[in-house]
Amino acid sequence: MIEVKDVVKSFGDATVLKGITTTFETGKTNLIIGQSGSGKTVLLKSLLGIHKPDSGKILYDGRAYWDLSEDEKRDLRTEIGMVFQGSALFDSMTVAQNVGFPLQMFSSKSKGEIKDRVDEVIARVNLVDAHHKKPSEISGGMQKRVAIARAIVNNPKYLFCDEPNSGLDPKTSTVIDNLIQEITHEYKITTVINTHDMNSVMEIGEKIVFLKEGVLAWEGTKKEIFKTDNAAIVDFVYSSNLFKKVRKAQLREDKGESV
Amino acid sequence: MILSRWLTQIGKYFLMVKEVFRKPTKSSVMRGLILKEIDDLIIGSLGIVSFISFFVGGVVAIQTALNLTNPLIPKYLIGFATRQSVILEFAPTFISIIMAGKVGSFITSSIGTMRVTEQIDALEVMGVNSLNYLVFPKIIALLFYPFVIMLSMFLGILGGWMAGVYGGFTSSAEFISGIQTEFIPFHITYAFIKTFVFALLLATIPSFHGFYMKGGALEVGKASTTSFVWTSVMIILSNYILTQLLLSK
Repeated sequence: MIEVKDVVKSFGDATVLKGITTTFETGKTNLIIGQSGSGKTVLLKSLLGIHKPDSGKILYDGRAYWDLSEDEKRDLRTEIGMVFQGSALFDSMTVAQNVGFPLQMFSSKSKGEIKDRVDEVIARVNLVDAHHKKPSEISGGMQKRVAIARAIVNNPKYLFCDEPNSGLDPKTSTVIDNLIQEITHEYKITTVINTHDMNSVMEIGEKIVFLKEGVLAWEGTKKEIFKTDNAAIVDFVYSSNLFKKVRKAQLREDKGESV
Repeated sequence: MILSRWLTQIGKYFLMVKEVFRKPTKSSVMRGLILKEIDDLIIGSLGIVSFISFFVGGVVAIQTALNLTNPLIPKYLIGFATRQSVILEFAPTFISIIMAGKVGSFITSSIGTMRVTEQIDALEVMGVNSLNYLVFPKIIALLFYPFVIMLSMFLGILGGWMAGVYGGFTSSAEFISGIQTEFIPFHITYAFIKTFVFALLLATIPSFHGFYMKGGALEVGKASTTSFVWTSVMIILSNYILTQLLLSK
């Protein structure tokens, strides 16, 4: 579980996060949503330890990140897996080398053990015949799978995903969303996903944190999002006609009316 | 304003160099990285260095010969001038400027691309000291740079000998006598001290420009150009300072 307590972060005169308090639960897919410039990325980077909050605390299962020594921070980072927006795979390495990289760097496993684990994880993300290919030789969807495989190879306790569906077609996006959710449940990981993809919200939003202008404007589950009267989240999520119709239909269904 | 920006950059550069030696990468991984950098930076440069050294050595010999119009001036001076030019300046300094273009641009663009594509962020998030992982192997690989310069010295003088002898400007015996005349062994030491300093500049300045670049593909190109300019400037400046310190009496 990751607890965020009254986190404030400013850049110059602009306060980007204005006292965020929330909890990201273990074994659930926690989504951070919000418009561009709402502070999603800054919150994610603060969780990752890339930005130091001006005030407030971020606790990883009770461990306050910024109170840890450098060695403790390094140890904690080995418990983190991250899927970047652009996958961030190492160009000079093959798929198998990319996936095995965290093990090579931080584990005392033998070459054979690393190979076995890499094979296992690559199979888990349903990548076929890609071991010896370079990232430039595979599709965007496959690159995302490799990034997920690399993020989970070291059995992380925490998985962060920054816009995991960006640049992917709707079908591949759903596959990636479902894969992340399955892995979260299977390995009991605390997963935090930064997204503005409403399909992801409706598919895998077990906990949704909505940011507006640096303030936590709403939080709840994907079921609650249909019923909420919170103007900010309704305005954001149901900005398209399609989602307006979906919400209307869902509300009618809840009241027992025929759709 | 510009002065303060320069001072900030210089401070940032030295902090980067300090960070390179902190939190070392696992030795088994580092070994592979060093070998790869030796291949990319040293072995990959041998062709162009050999080609340029051989022909510039030849040109130095021809130019010297063509300027020795007075019959009283002995022909062995062609060998002497070639040796002095190649050992003192051409091999260590001129080749280093060429390497700033070849190796420096490669370092800046490869690290800059890693920055743009979030690969450096990925390393940091995993808990890897990205500066140690990326820059330290380059510094170690460039410790082999004196061997490149040694080759350049040899080929430069060989090129001078071939141009001088086969061009009909001097005899082989005269040229060889020239390259043995008034030989000061400290000149070799001086050249290698310079080479060692240039190697450190070649590894760190382009890395600095790549590592701290911001923006996209266009900025990677700009960073490579800036890195070449600053590496060249620092090589020329340190060449002047080292010459003053080591050779002036």
